[in-house]
Amino acid sequence: MLPTKTGVLAEAFADISAALKKHHLATTFSWQDVAQRYRRSRVGAFWLTINMGVLIGALGFVFGTLFRTPMQEFLPYICVSLIFWGYISSSINEGCMAFIGAEGIILQVRMPLFTHVLRTLYRNAIILGHNILIYPLVLLAVGRMPTWDVLLALPGFVILSLNLLWIMLILGVLCARYRDMTQVMQNLLQVILYLTPIMWMPRTLPEGISRLLLDLNPFYHLISVVRDPLLGELPSATSWMACIVFAIVGWTVALLLFGRYRHRIPYWL
Amino acid sequence: MIPAMASIILAGVSVEFPVFNAASRSLKNRVLSVATGGAIDRRVDGHVIVRGLEDVSFCVNEGDRIGLVGHNGSGKTTLLRVLSGIYRPTSGSAEIHGECVSLINISLGIDPEATGRENIRLRAAMMGMRPNELREQFDDIAEFTGLGDFLDMPFRTYSSGMQLRLAFSTSTAIRPEILVMDEWLSTGDEDFKHKADRRLREIVETTKILVLASHSRELLQKNCNRILWMDHGRVRMDGPTNEVLTAYFG
Repeated sequence: MLPTKTGVLAEAFADISAALKKHHLATTFSWQDVAQRYRRSRVGAFWLTINMGVLIGALGFVFGTLFRTPMQEFLPYICVSLIFWGYISSSINEGCMAFIGAEGIILQVRMPLFTHVLRTLYRNAIILGHNILIYPLVLLAVGRMPTWDVLLALPGFVILSLNLLWIMLILGVLCARYRDMTQVMQNLLQVILYLTPIMWMPRTLPEGISRLLLDLNPFYHLISVVRDPLLGELPSATSWMACIVFAIVGWTVALLLFGRYRHRIPYWL
Repeated sequence: MIPAMASIILAGVSVEFPVFNAASRSLKNRVLSVATGGAIDRRVDGHVIVRGLEDVSFCVNEGDRIGLVGHNGSGKTTLLRVLSGIYRPTSGSAEIHGECVSLINISLGIDPEATGRENIRLRAAMMGMRPNELREQFDDIAEFTGLGDFLDMPFRTYSSGMQLRLAFSTSTAIRPEILVMDEWLSTGDEDFKHKADRRLREIVETTKILVLASHSRELLQKNCNRILWMDHGRVRMDGPTNEVLTAYFG
């Protein structure tokens, strides 16, 4: 017996709205996740900041030299790029484990399943919050002043996160059923890291290579809407449009899939 | 708001687990020879399935204190999960009216590195307690543990008895309409045991429906007014406590 389309959507909405109503669960557990990793360490979660800072410094130096880009320009670029790529890629990677990793909870207590996806995203947002502290330091180091455009990064962050959520929801469901998907995604993300301008700048693309490489890459648009404002530029209307369309289409697919298979997830764990 | 009656209605409930990695025959055979539990089957599409529950039907009304008995693998845990709304039956229907809390693993959610106080918060969230409810009850819970200043110490420094005290105190602070328990929780030293038993009895009295799986005849006799005997995923017997217990324990 296949449920009707409206039934499927109602099922998905019911779970997601319950999770939003009980969002204190996701917040409590995600803080806990971060705290747990760094308990008994003196610096605590600021190890995240330190690690990221070192990575930015090293990669900034190497690639800045390789591409012969002035540090004043390249360091802020790679700083923002790496911080937000970290947010995107670990959200997606850990999104694959959102349900698998919460097996103990799912099989013992009744809780909206979307809570586990939210928890994963919140956890990465908390980590992002620690990492972003490097950004003003880098600006200070290269002697650049932020402009008011920086504020545009906030709506960019919201649309990015909305997109991440549906990606994580779909992957969470698929990975619970097909365990190999987790590995596939890890590989895919590695490739995307190099295909997307994160460690290289879009304008360093050699002549003759079509802009399509950028425009057809959803991750380029996703990262642009937050990165550009932080670097004092306005994100392109194309990028914003792409992110919005991406969100609408993605959420539709995610809701249908989640609604259809939500009640099967405990059986797959 | 009019308080609705709590009730559970199961009609023809079957639960089938897909076993995706049991594709090889040898593995299947191994499972077959070991399992004392449900039937193992191969579906048309080649997946192996284990039938955990088969055509289970019964009604539970307010005031019912149900004891679940059955051998290992007879479907007790699966049934508890259906009753707590974790598994949706693969066929048949399960209607559960009322807020249900399952006390199955009372240490779920505990972080050994966190302090006692933090763990009370974590565990309470896991039980579905709202932040404002927790605020009201926090002092009571803390006092009930009897751990005093130890509440500010990391959980891992506790003795196992103390750990149980904390998990127990927090887990039993909630008053659900339907309570599902896998085994009676017996805890700690004599002093705490009395307190704990009193607390459990209090919960049993205030919840509208209790489902308790146990192997202890005495416990079931003391707490239940109806016993379900599960056997190979089916209800073998369903009736008044003494009648079923006599048949089951012989």
